[in-house]
Amino acid sequence: MARYVVNRLGQAIMLLVIVSAIGFAILHMAPGGPLSQFAASAQMTQEDLDRVTRQLGLDRPLPIQYLDWFGRMLKGDWGKSYRDGEAVLSVISSHLGATLELMATATIIAVLLGCWIGILGALRRYSLFDTLATVGAMIALSIPTFWFGLVTIYVFSVKLGWLPAGNRETVGDGSFLDLLHHLIAPAMVLALVETAMWGRFMRSSMLEVINQDYIRTARAKGMPEWRILTVHALRNALLPMITVAGLQFPTLLGGALVAETVFTWPGMGRLFLDSIGYRDYPVVMGILMFSATMVLIGSLLADILYAVVDPRIRVG
Amino acid sequence: MTAATLTSAQLAPGQAAWRRFRRHRLALAGAVIILVLVLGSAFGPYLLPFDDTYIDIMKRFAPPLSGAHILGTDELGRDVLARLMMGGRVSLSIGIVAMVIAMAVGIVVGAFAGFYGGVVGAVLMRLVDAVLCFPTIFLLLALAALTEPGLVTTTVLIAATAWMAVARVVEAQVRALREREFAVAALAFGSSNLRIMFRELVPNAIAPIMVAATLNVAKAILLESYVSYLGYGIQPPAASWGNMLNNAQIYLTSAPWLAIAPGVAITLAVTSFNFLGDGLRDALDPRMNIP
Repeated sequence: MARYVVNRLGQAIMLLVIVSAIGFAILHMAPGGPLSQFAASAQMTQEDLDRVTRQLGLDRPLPIQYLDWFGRMLKGDWGKSYRDGEAVLSVISSHLGATLELMATATIIAVLLGCWIGILGALRRYSLFDTLATVGAMIALSIPTFWFGLVTIYVFSVKLGWLPAGNRETVGDGSFLDLLHHLIAPAMVLALVETAMWGRFMRSSMLEVINQDYIRTARAKGMPEWRILTVHALRNALLPMITVAGLQFPTLLGGALVAETVFTWPGMGRLFLDSIGYRDYPVVMGILMFSATMVLIGSLLADILYAVVDPRIRVG
Repeated sequence: MTAATLTSAQLAPGQAAWRRFRRHRLALAGAVIILVLVLGSAFGPYLLPFDDTYIDIMKRFAPPLSGAHILGTDELGRDVLARLMMGGRVSLSIGIVAMVIAMAVGIVVGAFAGFYGGVVGAVLMRLVDAVLCFPTIFLLLALAALTEPGLVTTTVLIAATAWMAVARVVEAQVRALREREFAVAALAFGSSNLRIMFRELVPNAIAPIMVAATLNVAKAILLESYVSYLGYGIQPPAASWGNMLNNAQIYLTSAPWLAIAPGVAITLAVTSFNFLGDGLRDALDPRMNIP
């Protein structure tokens, strides 16, 4: 087990190095490179630019610059926002809570609803319910999230007036119920794609397990059907879902960005878009690297957790 | 034994046929819808009396079916149907061209990684893994923010964020096919490595590649709508299905039809390509079970 974890950890670190190199390359692709913020100012002469170049160490060879940049990233020095001079990492962390709240709520909805639909679909394969669920999942995966958000706002905010059209809380209120009220619509929108994914994976996992020999054996020895399903089928079918949780993470983050934009939710995704609008490259790059690192850690945790609950992985 | 325990082999012939029929009917419907959307976007604008960029400020916010404007007009009095058709040209073209570029990159990377294996394969596939760590929308927007937005940039950037899945599919196929007799025979005949890769191995993996290509079009259309909706893709006055929704949120209360038409068009197109890809997967190789 320890060997598996060390192995997997080594892979993750190697991947982090490649990810950071890609991030560094993108940073240098910016028009004018990291200097663009200074070049934009009319008062800067070429002489000033040369001095800034030397001060920031931009005249050194790229590999040295990369190592320097990577080292500072590891130490938590991600640069400063162009907008207000605040440290990038603290800007990100002040917006992270809202994003995590949205993602967690959507995931809970998606896991419960998706697993229920998937299990029922697998047990009643090719029934009307299964057909509708399969087709519905495909359509859910094809709807642009932002458009589903617009439709939700139109129906539930404009027409029915049940839900607020955006923001995390009413100014001056901010009670738990008020927060919950604001959370419903964006979480629902974010959960749509997730539910479809979980449903599809759950269905195929359950179908796989149901046709195994040990299920037939359990049935042959006269075990009641509900016990076969809960004790034998479900427990085994749920295992691969750990991997799905890891795989789903990038989609979930991307979906959160879109949902936050439509519902003016003050999270990381919205901060990312605002920063792009202000050409605040340090924050843009910071969030890009942060999200990639989160994905990396997510898939690492999913793999390790899977190995913990399923011994076949770490032995084989 | 309940119905739940029936495996596919135990299905009655009628049930199995119904199953194939249902699957293929959805794929068929997808193909028909794609054809309608493509023909409508290609030839539709010639049949309309309005130009997609013609501004008629006196007739702004005309609701659908009012007078000559079938889908109404937008905030500048432009005909929504004309914009929908011209937007379709842009969105569908981006979907298909981005797919072609992504396929080309993915096939080359996958073929080299799968054929040579070892260090070359490991480096290339770790690169694929690394790019996949970036959530697609984040990567796409960051790249779009650093470049001049436009038709070509948007297409290339979408391709740049969509080739990895293809590379994985091709790598696995080529790695498996490399040891087969026909590949070994080609090697014995003295064929060059490049020739074996692209004339023998890749053509034999055409089924999963076609499925991946179809699903890739769906993904590309969806991504175009995201970046253009957020303002970093196709720029006005040119129309795309994504940027038509750009202002729709502001006018949601007064002119909801502005949001409906482009959204339905995107959903229809993406769903159709997804169903077509699913149908192709079932038709070409039922054992190929990628969820």
